[in-house]
Formats: sequence, C-alpha cells, structure tokens
Amino acid sequence: MSNNVLVFAEQRDGVLKRVALEMLGVGAELAQMLGGQVEALLLGAHLDHLPSTLAQHGATRVYMADDPALALYSSEGYTNTLAAWISQAQPAIVLLGATALGKDLAPRLAARLGVGLAADCTALTIDGGRLLATRPVYAGKALAQVRLPGDPQIATVRPNVFPAPAPAASKTAPVERIAAAVGQVRARVVEVLQAGAGEIDVAEARIIVAGGRGLGAPEGFTLIRRLAQTLGAAVGASRAAVDAGWIDHAHQVGQTGKTVTPDLYIACGISGAIQHLAGMKTARCIVAVNKDPDAPIFQIADYGIVGDLNIVLPLLEQECRALLAD
Amino acid sequence: MNLIVCIKEVPDTESRIQVRDGQIVEEGLQYVLNPYDEYALEEALRWQENLGGQVKLLCLGPERARESILKGLAMGADEAYHVVAETGQGDAYVTAQVLAAAIARLGDYDAIFCGKQAVDDDNAAVGVMLAELLDLPHVAVITRLEITPDGKSARAEREIEGGKEVVETPLPAVFTAQKGLNEPRYPSFKGIRMAARKPMTLWQLADLGLGDVQPGVELVAFMTPPARAAGRVIPGEPAEAAKEVARLLRAEAKVI
Repeated sequence: MSNNVLVFAEQRDGVLKRVALEMLGVGAELAQMLGGQVEALLLGAHLDHLPSTLAQHGATRVYMADDPALALYSSEGYTNTLAAWISQAQPAIVLLGATALGKDLAPRLAARLGVGLAADCTALTIDGGRLLATRPVYAGKALAQVRLPGDPQIATVRPNVFPAPAPAASKTAPVERIAAAVGQVRARVVEVLQAGAGEIDVAEARIIVAGGRGLGAPEGFTLIRRLAQTLGAAVGASRAAVDAGWIDHAHQVGQTGKTVTPDLYIACGISGAIQHLAGMKTARCIVAVNKDPDAPIFQIADYGIVGDLNIVLPLLEQECRALLAD
Repeated sequence: MNLIVCIKEVPDTESRIQVRDGQIVEEGLQYVLNPYDEYALEEALRWQENLGGQVKLLCLGPERARESILKGLAMGADEAYHVVAETGQGDAYVTAQVLAAAIARLGDYDAIFCGKQAVDDDNAAVGVMLAELLDLPHVAVITRLEITPDGKSARAEREIEGGKEVVETPLPAVFTAQKGLNEPRYPSFKGIRMAARKPMTLWQLADLGLGDVQPGVELVAFMTPPARAAGRVIPGEPAEAAKEVARLLRAEAKVI
C-alpha cells in the first residue's frame, strides 16, 4: 500500500464539481500527514481540458480514463474501472464527493473492495497513521467519529465544507492515461432530464432562500424565487411546504430532505422544527424572516426580522439588489 | 413478482438526540419505521397489486424492531423475516453483509426495495452495497418506477443535482426509494388486525451462517455538534430592518 490519497475528481458534461477541488485541499493535508501525495482521478469522455485545473489546485498527478463508454455515468462501469485501478495503485485513502454520483458510486466501490465506508464526512484527519473521520448522523443532531479498519480507507466528503485551495497557475502535474475497464453494465442511464433552466440545486448552492408554511400558499414561492434570483441562490423548502404540495421534494431541506451547508441560508416563514434545523444549522450565516417572534428559528438565526414576509421579502430583495449593483 | 423490502427501525425524526459519554442516549427515544422504507414498501405493494406475487419484509435490528415489522405487515406485506441482532448499527457494510446472507435464504426474487437511507445513521449506502454483494444492478434514490408487464426489466428515474437520470435495468435489481416516489398508505384497521397473524420468522446471525461479520467501520465516539451563537433579531420597521440585514450580510457576514 502507498501513502497516497486518491481524489475522485467528479465531472459532469466536462465541468468539474467544486467538491473535487475542495477534496484536493483536505486530501493534500492528509497526504502530508501520511508522507504521501494527493493524486486525482478523472473518468469520462473529452476530459483533456481538466487535468490542468486539478494540478493548479494541488493534484501532484492526474490519472485519466477518457473513453466514450464512460461519457454517461453508470455505477457498474465506473466501479469496474475505479476498482481495477485502485487494486493496482493501492492508495491509502480514496475520497469521493458526497454528491448524487459519489453517493451512488462509493458504496458499490467499497463493497467491491471488501471494505466499509465513512459517508458524508465533514472533518478528516490522520491519527496513528489511520484516517479519523467525523460525520453528521441523525441529520446533524449528533456527530460520529469513525475509523476504517480495512484498506483502502474510503470516505465521501460533504460538499461546501472544506475550502478549495487557491489555484496556482505555476503548478503542473503529469497526466497518466488509464484503461476504461467498463465491463458489463446492466443498469444504464438512457436519458438525463434537466430541471428548470438555470435552477441551482440546494445541495450545491452557496446561498439558499427557503420557504415554509408561513408562505400561506404555493404562490408565496414567487417571492422566494425573486429573492433567490437576485442573489443567484437555490430555492429551498421546509417539509411542511413540500407535504402541502407547494413545491417538489427536490427542494426540501431537513431530515427527510437534504442536509446543506451553504454560506447563507435565508429561512422565510419557517418556524424551525427540529427536523428542519438539523438540515441547515451548519450554514455559515442564517437569516430568518417570520411573523412569530417566538419561532424557534430565531434562536439560531444570525439576523432575524420579525414581520410579514409579504412586506419584508420585497424590501430585502430591493436592498440586496441595490448592494449587488454597487 | 416476488419482492423483498428491507426495513429498519429508527428514532422518530421529532426526537431530540443527546450524547452522553460518547454514546447516544437511548432512553426516551420513540422508534418508528424508517420513513424512506415506507416509500420502498409502498412501491413494492403497488407492483404486487399490479403484477401479482409476494412481498416479504426483511429487517435487521433488535427485538424492539418487531413493532416496525408489524406496521409493515399491517400495510400489506405477506410475511416477515427478522434478523434479531444489534449488529450493523452505524456500519452499512456489516448491515449489507447480513441482509445479503438472509436474502440468499429467501429463494427467488425479482426486485429488492430499500429506503435510500436510514434517518439515524445517514449512510445512504446499504442498498447499493447489498446490490454489489448480491451481484445485482441497482438504481438508487428513485422517484419513479415502471416495471414491464413481463416482470423482466424496469425503468426508473433517480434524483441527481438539478435534474433526474432515467435508468433502465434488467431484473432482478435493487431499488432505493426517495421521498416523492409515492404516497405510503396508512395501515387499515383490518390490516392491523391481520398483521400479528402473518408469518414472522426470527433468525439469529448464527442461523445465517454468520459468526463475526467483517466490520467496515469502527465507531470511536458520538459527539454533540458545536452550538450556534444565540440568535439576534434586527429591530425596526420592515424597511429599516431589511436595509440593515442587507448591510450586515455584506459588511459583517461577507456572504453577498
């Protein structure tokens, strides 16, 4: 086994996921503690433009399987290729983003290699030469610190938690082409359906504007969307708003929705049920707008406004627009 | 169609979770059937109604999990298998190995349904690992499923960032259910009455030929997450407050 850390650099349609760069940062720290290198691995088709970005963000070597058979993700094709490569290269640690793709790939890869998985980690360090991972459980109501007894040690990393290293244009890295060992693929992606054009997913957003029962009606999301558009934000929702049928479940934040860590979370008409707070309280900054001054959301909001959101939201949108225009 | 639904009992999502001496405090917790497993079971029941066959429940968990198994039977599953063990808590790889060994004893099946994740461990990994251990294809986090009338293949939609993937797979396969897949039924009065009379097989790990299962994860400790600083309400009329919050977001929090 080597002392290296392998970062699976996820891309879709030739665009790197930001978490890939974030993992190069924490991966470099882990590699340094182990006395190894942080290396990146790319799977897909038409990838020639990507290795330089990975090198500038700290990858000391980039492995790349560039093959039309990998253009569309498949759990089996990606697992076959990745498992074959890992068995040969024997990295100490493999990091994947806790994205839709990473969460689908990592468990199959781990089971193929006969090891466990530390899922959705928010802190990683080395202790006694082994990975020590911290991961939220119960939707963030508690944290679990875990070790992985098998090799390689495989972890998925929550997006938006670790900072991406600043790129250095001077950094370069050798690129090594590896085989696309796609093999038998039974479950095949036959089509990708996009949500509304320009819509940002809550799991990836730096800013989220979320609405809850206090919106009073599905039309309330018009106000939410307007503020979100001004801020370049994703639209989130509480379980109450989703269960009322006002908005699709893909927007739900909380214990039966998505757990998010944006820079800014603006909760509008959300009282702050424990399931919702669990999903968003690690946001760096929280703003709450609610007409009930006793709503629990105000206990964790950095900035709270008590008032009617039909009045407050347009004003807030106007103020933010003016600031952003400066 | 012979369909297997893997279920888990978890603390209710309303629960406050407390940590003492590195462990989760279990006193006072109310347990329920994992919400995502309800979507998994509902989907299996709908396909059984459509194409015929049997729905079997499989649960790994301590004795108390019987309550959640009974709920599943009351919703309409035909029979249940309960691997009575505390093992696998927090370790998806162990859970997947136990479920795989149990499924090997259940005979022929056309599909396996799981919730996309348990809301306690939040690993979101068991269903996919199970597929790998059984050498089956899988589609995870599905919001729509169509099984062909011959029961030989399926087309599923799964949630990805900003959209959906449409995946086609031969059966048997493993599917993990996301909220939005369906609306789970409530058990009927008759269903509840019938549940206790349906067959429930109890297994120990040894019955499955499992001694010490290879662990995937070792728990060091549970911890309480750092508390947030107390909230602060910005005073003033809406126009003033909105202006001040916008200013603070830029000048103090530096997020816009």
